[in-house]
Amino acid sequence: MTRNIRPALLVLQDGSVFEGEAIGANSSEISAPVIARGEVVFHTGLSGYQEILTDPSYAGQIITFTTPHIGNYGTSAADSESSKIFARGVIVRELARRRSNWRSDDSLDSFLKRHDISGIAGIDTRRLTRVLRDSGAMPGAFGTASESELRQAAAKEKGTAGRNLIAQVTTTKSYVHGAGKFKVVAFDFGIKTTILNCLAEFATVHVVPASTSAAEVMALSPDGIFLSNGPGDPEMVHGAPATIRELFGTGVPMFGICLGHQLMALALGGKTFKLPFGHHGANHPVRNLATKSVEITSQNHNFCVDADSLAGKAEVTHVNLNDNTNEGMRVLGANAFSVQYHPEAGPGPHDSRYLFGEFVSRMEAK
Amino acid sequence: MPRRNDIKSILVLGSGPIVIGQACEFDYSGTQACRVLRSEGYRVILANSNPATIMTDPDFADRTYIEPLTPDFIEKIIEREKPDAVLPTLGGQTALNLAMELFARGKVGVPGTPELIGANAEAIATAEDRGKFKEAMIEIGLSVPRSGIAHTLPEAQKIVKEIGLPVIIRPAYILGGRGTGIAHTPEEFKAVVSNGLAASPISEVLIETSIVGWKEYELEVMRDRNDNCVIICSIENVDAMGVHTGDSITVAPAMTLSDVEYQKMRDAAFACIRRVGVETGGSNVQFAVNPTTGEQVVIEMNPRVSRSSALASKATGFPIAKIAAKLAVGYTLDEISNDITKKTPASFEPTIDYVVVKIPRWAFEKFPGTSGVLGTQMQSVGEAMAIGRTFTESLQKALRSLEIGRFGLNCDPGEENYLALSDEELLNKIAIPTPERIFQIGECLRRKISIEIVAEYCKFDPWFLDQMLTIVEEREFLAEREMGSLTKLEWLRAKRMGFADAQLAWLWKKSEADVRASRLALGVRPTYKAVDTCSAEFSAQTPYHYSTYEDESEIHASTKESVIILGSGPNRIGQGIEFDYCCVHASFALRDAGFETIMLNCNPETVSTDYDTSDKLFFEPLTLEDVLNVIEAETVSSGVKPKVIVGLGGQTPLKLAGRIPADLIAGTNSQSIDIAEDREKWSALCEANSIAQPPGGTARNIDQAVEIANKIGYPVLVRPSYVLGGRAMQIVHDEAQLKRAMQEMDQAGSLGREGGLSAERPVLVDRFLEDAIEVDVDAIRDASSEVLIGGVMEHVEQAGVHSGDSACTIPPVTLSAKIIDEIENTVKKIANALNVIGLINVQFAVTGSTVYVIEANPRASRTVPFVAKATGVQLVKVASRVMLGATLAQLRQEGLLPDRVPGGHVSVKEAVLPFNRFAEVDTALGPEMRSTGEVMGIDDSFARAFAKAQFAAGTTLPESGLVFVSLNDRDKEGGIEVVKGLTSLGLQIAATSGTAKYLTENGCVVTRVVSKFSERKADDKNFDDAVKLIEAGEIVLVINTPRGHGTRSDGEAIRKAANNCRVSVVTTLSAARAAVQGMIEQRNRPFAVKSLQEFHAR
Repeated sequence: MTRNIRPALLVLQDGSVFEGEAIGANSSEISAPVIARGEVVFHTGLSGYQEILTDPSYAGQIITFTTPHIGNYGTSAADSESSKIFARGVIVRELARRRSNWRSDDSLDSFLKRHDISGIAGIDTRRLTRVLRDSGAMPGAFGTASESELRQAAAKEKGTAGRNLIAQVTTTKSYVHGAGKFKVVAFDFGIKTTILNCLAEFATVHVVPASTSAAEVMALSPDGIFLSNGPGDPEMVHGAPATIRELFGTGVPMFGICLGHQLMALALGGKTFKLPFGHHGANHPVRNLATKSVEITSQNHNFCVDADSLAGKAEVTHVNLNDNTNEGMRVLGANAFSVQYHPEAGPGPHDSRYLFGEFVSRMEAK
Repeated sequence: MPRRNDIKSILVLGSGPIVIGQACEFDYSGTQACRVLRSEGYRVILANSNPATIMTDPDFADRTYIEPLTPDFIEKIIEREKPDAVLPTLGGQTALNLAMELFARGKVGVPGTPELIGANAEAIATAEDRGKFKEAMIEIGLSVPRSGIAHTLPEAQKIVKEIGLPVIIRPAYILGGRGTGIAHTPEEFKAVVSNGLAASPISEVLIETSIVGWKEYELEVMRDRNDNCVIICSIENVDAMGVHTGDSITVAPAMTLSDVEYQKMRDAAFACIRRVGVETGGSNVQFAVNPTTGEQVVIEMNPRVSRSSALASKATGFPIAKIAAKLAVGYTLDEISNDITKKTPASFEPTIDYVVVKIPRWAFEKFPGTSGVLGTQMQSVGEAMAIGRTFTESLQKALRSLEIGRFGLNCDPGEENYLALSDEELLNKIAIPTPERIFQIGECLRRKISIEIVAEYCKFDPWFLDQMLTIVEEREFLAEREMGSLTKLEWLRAKRMGFADAQLAWLWKKSEADVRASRLALGVRPTYKAVDTCSAEFSAQTPYHYSTYEDESEIHASTKESVIILGSGPNRIGQGIEFDYCCVHASFALRDAGFETIMLNCNPETVSTDYDTSDKLFFEPLTLEDVLNVIEAETVSSGVKPKVIVGLGGQTPLKLAGRIPADLIAGTNSQSIDIAEDREKWSALCEANSIAQPPGGTARNIDQAVEIANKIGYPVLVRPSYVLGGRAMQIVHDEAQLKRAMQEMDQAGSLGREGGLSAERPVLVDRFLEDAIEVDVDAIRDASSEVLIGGVMEHVEQAGVHSGDSACTIPPVTLSAKIIDEIENTVKKIANALNVIGLINVQFAVTGSTVYVIEANPRASRTVPFVAKATGVQLVKVASRVMLGATLAQLRQEGLLPDRVPGGHVSVKEAVLPFNRFAEVDTALGPEMRSTGEVMGIDDSFARAFAKAQFAAGTTLPESGLVFVSLNDRDKEGGIEVVKGLTSLGLQIAATSGTAKYLTENGCVVTRVVSKFSERKADDKNFDDAVKLIEAGEIVLVINTPRGHGTRSDGEAIRKAANNCRVSVVTTLSAARAAVQGMIEQRNRPFAVKSLQEFHAR
């Protein structure tokens, strides 16, 4: 009995080496040696790998799944958060060779191949997670190339701090999604399909490129304005804060999620900073300060709003109970609110979907 | 919301004896609750009849009532203690049902009575009442299977006409699925409905469309007073719908649900707990999913901490019971910190980076006549859980944890069991769920039968089958290799799939030691990861570990002298909670004495596998390889060899003793253990020390056994070596029976198949001493040769009934001081001869003035916790210190060993038998133990304590009605007194003509004479026999003493009928005598309740 295993290595910038085997694109025996590189992060969710892989917010990153079995239920066209995989690679302990689920139309391995994304399996992902937890998200490289080549690649790779990745993910042309009662203009900094679907439940969504000006937005006479999630360092998204600041003055209700939250904070003159290893999971407790209740939230962010920098400009509405970082705010003197986490879920719990309802109420009140 | 200050005292209801469907998981949850509530400053009053529990240790509550868990007794406790609140959600179905009965009586949950906290009566009723539950679910828009509620058979037949067959029938207010069944035909339907109506205390059954074959899931939910809800764990059943979840192989987390489906299920679970109205605490919601359409339906919900909660706690590290108790007294999830990370709050959802597999363990071999087919009614007696990084690793670890002679899915002698079957036969077998099905499926895959076909027959999800196929393929790969040629990577790959050294040894025809050596030579050793609730996102403070083969190990060096305590593995009949109690006590005592305690066990139901019971917890199989690995890892990480305790976890660790380095064993050494266990060596020791044994000899084959029996005369007792719970022990009356009994030890016999030392070692054949009184003694001997007698227990049932199945009393009631003296001296002699350091249990049979020794076990026995509760001396705490070098004198000085509490009370232990689960089985007691649990009655006289124990065990001692009496000739004379007693109490007597004649001649009044069942004529409508009377509900109690020999058809039929109609049966004269005496005393002076703390006051 022979086995078709293509050995591969993962090398982190700190020099740690992990042995595994190639999966996804370029994993066959005849593929030329390849190198995938990016900032290595980990996600602790138990399900939702397809949604995570296709989330544009992961542009520039290599995703480690802490859940050992990945691919069990295959992939389904309905579950993609965008048209492609923006992540640079995927690291797993065990890739399912057989998928089983009535919704599935493809296997994860073939899905990765289709999107030309390489992966590495057989990794002690727990050891890797512990390294990232202690040292912070770190550039790294993996693939079937030699260890020295991977080492060089890892050394050269830059993290996501100081990088504007929006250009890679935003739409180049405006388009319309849904046909709901309200007209919402959504800035696409890397918007997820689930957000669009949540908005479409009540709105006709005009999705516009990240660089759209306030005047262009207002020309559409929106009932509401939405600021999407997206990848990279918010401080590098030049232009957006100024546009948002301008839009504050219009009185049009504005709702931001994740990067949208960070950009809104920057528009107010607040600050953001990079978390050691980010929040990537579906189990983060967040307190809604108004109701005192706890929401279990889906999170995916490396950068965070400095709550102190919001003093006098916005009221903090949500706090992360694990590390007390800021999770949401209501802007003082403007009809705007935002959260750091993902109320739309996709993947993750639905506890915070009420925020879309709040957006509707604000539009109704206008 | 902070802690409630309006409540000062709380009555916690326990779950009573261990029964099928309700095991030590409720000791785990109750113990956590008591601890938490006390540390919060509440006055805790505990009611539980089970002396083998940790929770009933007087240290865990302010007032501990070991009293029957019946509404009458709980009412008395409430009257006496006047608690502000009653917590019913941590004591299983028993506590919940008690709460409902007390609520119905207006004693709890209404103004002026204690408040029900955790779940109120309304919520309990909504969840437990099938009809209300279904209505509630439909109201909130959740799908449920089509169904109807019936209270009578005609009602049921009307419903089935509407929804069509097949249907599933579930009685209301039952535990572990009792009385539940599936019906495919009108005949089956009639039978299952009748059974179900009888099983339901309110005669109500739910009849619903069968969704057999659908995928089954469970979600563990917690909710607090602020309406915060979290899911602790998702569980997926490998066995499809149709097998009770307690009898299913289950996996955590769910493996084959996409996030979209999982979130939908999560939303439904929250909606369910909110609608049912469980205000605080843990609940479990079960779902079925159609594998081809994804349709989700809600099956049921438990508004309390359950067996699955215990599993979820152990699987995730999230202490559900502890948190549930805090929520019940007002805290919210965000106010409680996560013990494991210390930094994050409990208001989160655990995420795990490993796979947990749970496999049940059954005891069908002890119940001849049962079909062994699994269904909607739970039949397993225990379970093993394993943790691995992948499903394959976890599955094989779980299989070897079961201790059923298998080392994994295949690749062991057991894999040959199915070779003779054709493919077709094999496929037909896997269509029927049985304990062996998983192995049969493995064999199908080995034969290259496609996953599609296998899935069609067994309904396992193809993903699981493919995982199993990878094990099969790995086995084929390894078979083509030789031990010496395997590369390190290949070794790692095999070990990562959970292959045990023993499997590889079998495959390569090497010894296990050779495989181990070869593996270690390449540096292939397990790494130990931590269970931390968060997939390593935060650093864990709690050293809760499992082994796997990865890059990095996370164990910390022990800073103190360390002791590994080997636990007792999955519960089984004969080895259960009592041994867990012992391990936990040892851990507490040794921790207090400054040792670092390390627990090794694989039973998720237990207190021992709670992460804060010991300094370190290794959730590992109790096999030689896994134990040696932990010893090695501890030695390497700390630089010092740990001591190992093998004497507290029952037979499981004892069997390993000889193969663990002798210098590491704490307490009695392995040679002594072997002398006591090996029947030949044991007899030699007795002879050398002039200790009287019943006449007999040891045999290694059938011929030798026959020779001995011919010499000493029948009846004889056949006792294998290294068994527990009287496994395969039999009283035989002739040569044919003897031969059959001996065949059990063969390869093909049930004991032979379990393998191990019992099959290799000799069998003792000795004279069966009819009418002898059996006596059990627990004692401790220290290194200075001092022997402490812990307790002398006199059995109520005479010899021939396994000690675990018979009632016993402390102090003895019929033994003379001289006999007790002789017994105690013999114990000392044996303890010295065996050089025991620690506990020893010796069993005696007393006939007249002769004292025979039956056997000695130099280990903790099943009775140790009972003795501790009866005498107020913590025997295990003392013994564990002695095992690590302390002398009794030193411990007396330390204050750990006080004198026994003064007398004045009698404690009776009674066994609880699972016959209500096995309708086909004869309930007469014998030498093979079949009880699952025990209760204790404690009062100021033997009769009163005995009667309390009967109530606690669920036996009803009626005050009026017709008692059917049928006695064997030997018992007739003694029966006179019993019958006269019953008559004096106002009960009436029915008997068969023979017994009736004898009784009447001796001055008894027999009101009804019936014919023998064996003479029954089917066509005669006027024919009266006992079975007919029982089935007609005319009999309130049966006293039936089986004949020792010959035909048993009458008695057996009567006992089975009584069992099925839930009429209590007393099968020994001594028990009948004690029961009647108890009833008389009860009439003269009603029972009162008194706490253990009061009994133990010195």
